[in-house]
Amino acid sequence: MSTNTEAWGSRVGLVLAMAGNAVGFGNFLRFPVQAVQNGGGAFIIPYLFSFLILGLPLLMIEWSTGRFGGQFGHHSTPFIMGAMDRRRIWKYVGVFGIFSNIAIASYYCYIESWTISYIYHSLTGTFNGLSQHEVAGFFSNYLDVTTSTTGIPYEALLFFLICLALNTWILSRGLSGGVEKVAKIGVPMLIVFGIFLAYRGITLKAGTQGAVNDGTVGLNFLWTPDYSSLSNPKVWLAAAGQIFFTLSVGMGSIQCYASYLKKRDDIALNAMSAGWMNEFVEIVLGSAVIIPISIGYLGIDRVVELTGIGGLGLGFRTMPFLFEQWGPILSALAGVSFFGLLFFAGITSSLAMGTPGMGFLMDEFNWPRPRAAMAFGAVILMLGLPTIFFFNQGVFDEYDYWAGTVSLVVFALLETILFSWVFGLKKGWREITEGADVKIPLVYRFIIKYITPVVLILVFTGSLIRPANDDWRLISRGKWEFHNESIIGQLRHQGIGPNKTWFAASFYAEVPGTVDSVFVRRGKPVVSVTGLNGKGISVTKEYRFNPEKHKLAVSPGETLEAGQILYTGKVINNVFFIDMARLLLISLFFFIAVLVYIAWRKRSREGRNIS
Amino acid sequence: MNATALILMISVQVTVTALTVWFFYRVLASKPRPEPDSYTDNDREAEER
Repeated sequence: MSTNTEAWGSRVGLVLAMAGNAVGFGNFLRFPVQAVQNGGGAFIIPYLFSFLILGLPLLMIEWSTGRFGGQFGHHSTPFIMGAMDRRRIWKYVGVFGIFSNIAIASYYCYIESWTISYIYHSLTGTFNGLSQHEVAGFFSNYLDVTTSTTGIPYEALLFFLICLALNTWILSRGLSGGVEKVAKIGVPMLIVFGIFLAYRGITLKAGTQGAVNDGTVGLNFLWTPDYSSLSNPKVWLAAAGQIFFTLSVGMGSIQCYASYLKKRDDIALNAMSAGWMNEFVEIVLGSAVIIPISIGYLGIDRVVELTGIGGLGLGFRTMPFLFEQWGPILSALAGVSFFGLLFFAGITSSLAMGTPGMGFLMDEFNWPRPRAAMAFGAVILMLGLPTIFFFNQGVFDEYDYWAGTVSLVVFALLETILFSWVFGLKKGWREITEGADVKIPLVYRFIIKYITPVVLILVFTGSLIRPANDDWRLISRGKWEFHNESIIGQLRHQGIGPNKTWFAASFYAEVPGTVDSVFVRRGKPVVSVTGLNGKGISVTKEYRFNPEKHKLAVSPGETLEAGQILYTGKVINNVFFIDMARLLLISLFFFIAVLVYIAWRKRSREGRNIS
Repeated sequence: MNATALILMISVQVTVTALTVWFFYRVLASKPRPEPDSYTDNDREAEER
């Protein structure tokens, strides 16, 4: 018999835990950046459309399959999917539902640990008096784990360990005693912090506290619709992608949470409530924090430029400097609020990522909860360390791309096909509506069966063959070039530049430009090269080298072409670390698949139900 | 703010907030199901009764 006797304490606790699972860093950092880059206010049209035809159906599918599997004592997707169809393949498709959670948690906990560190630094006044450049530099230094700018040795690692220990401890306390309690505190807290920051952002006045624009200038910029963008497939794909990632669908954590529900308890209203709560945090609060505040201080052009480096960069490189303008007390309060809300958004999601793997170990191998939590912590530590030590070599981004992006789309597509076409929508609809406290419009029968799978196929195909410069008109020209971030582009290492081999005797300049200077930073020599990027914007690229192993082949003032030798000597290129990260992820997937096979054999031997 | 941006922002935000509040209110207001249900807090309440 399984040792898994977990249960939710209350319905409100479950809804808040599900909402907390969905609300993550993306609500505050990714959504506003996506909106800015994809038509401003017009982005909301494909975004809400995607929520209705992709987000809500996937929520209903995942909640109902989770509750269905739970009736057979299954709390992880391999056996939940196995209960829906006897063919063995579905158990291995279900591996995605454990794999994605573990792989994502291993870098997600790292981001979460940055927020703890930034709360600490906001309280201790580390950012007081720093220039914008110095605040940005603080983040770069922080990511370079071997050096410390604050006197704490291996600071990034230390905060990661604290964060991981906290997650492991909470998970060991169980669903109602740990996860639910954190959700009941975390979700209201992040909403309160979000309202405070949104109020500060919207009421920002030009000319006071160093602001150059009113807060409403940022809102105006964000919400002014560019309707012409709606004819661009890129915008629709971006909206569908954002809906996907913001709701935490395609991961397996929703199924796990829902598997602890009894057959006649509602899932329809719970799913609606948790889903719309996530949308409130994203659309109402997420749009009113970083864009209005950053445009208030930096102006529109600078913020558009900064969104190019993504929401994470904007949040951690820029926001502490902007809060500094509000004076020491208010800046500390704003820092704690901003990084506090990110922390609560993060931890409620990372806890959800821990439960499917733990549920699997408890169901199949009768592990007690604390041991399962320790195992989760140990695996995350093992997989998380490469993202910390080799962050700058691209390991973090590889995890995010394959586990946090591609896997989710693949899994969601397959689970939708299973639910609508294999399990059958007749049974599926009964599962969705059983015990429902709210009436789901009948049109969703049609949407779940036909529209959602087609949209998912389009999203996957779009990600697979995304064209260079997002120019879909290339189809009519017959000359197809893949975007560096398309799945095919990634597999071909398209964006890697001239340093394509694992090991080499020379390192080549990755961008053209002029060598500005060669200087020493924290004991390490750096070559700085400035040139124009493809959009004509001046970009400075810094290359570090080791004078004991490498011989510099350029001098200050020299003009370089991309691919020209920068230094000679033994070089291990980033592509080596990228391929090792991929190998690690593939190994993790196969390791979980083997565990599923062992569990299935064990069930057969013990005569337990294997359906 | 220009009128188009303001109208779009207010209409979207009011709709989303109203739906969030409405669904969460429905969750809070719905009566517990007869035991055995999925929630342990209700077990305690049932025992007390």
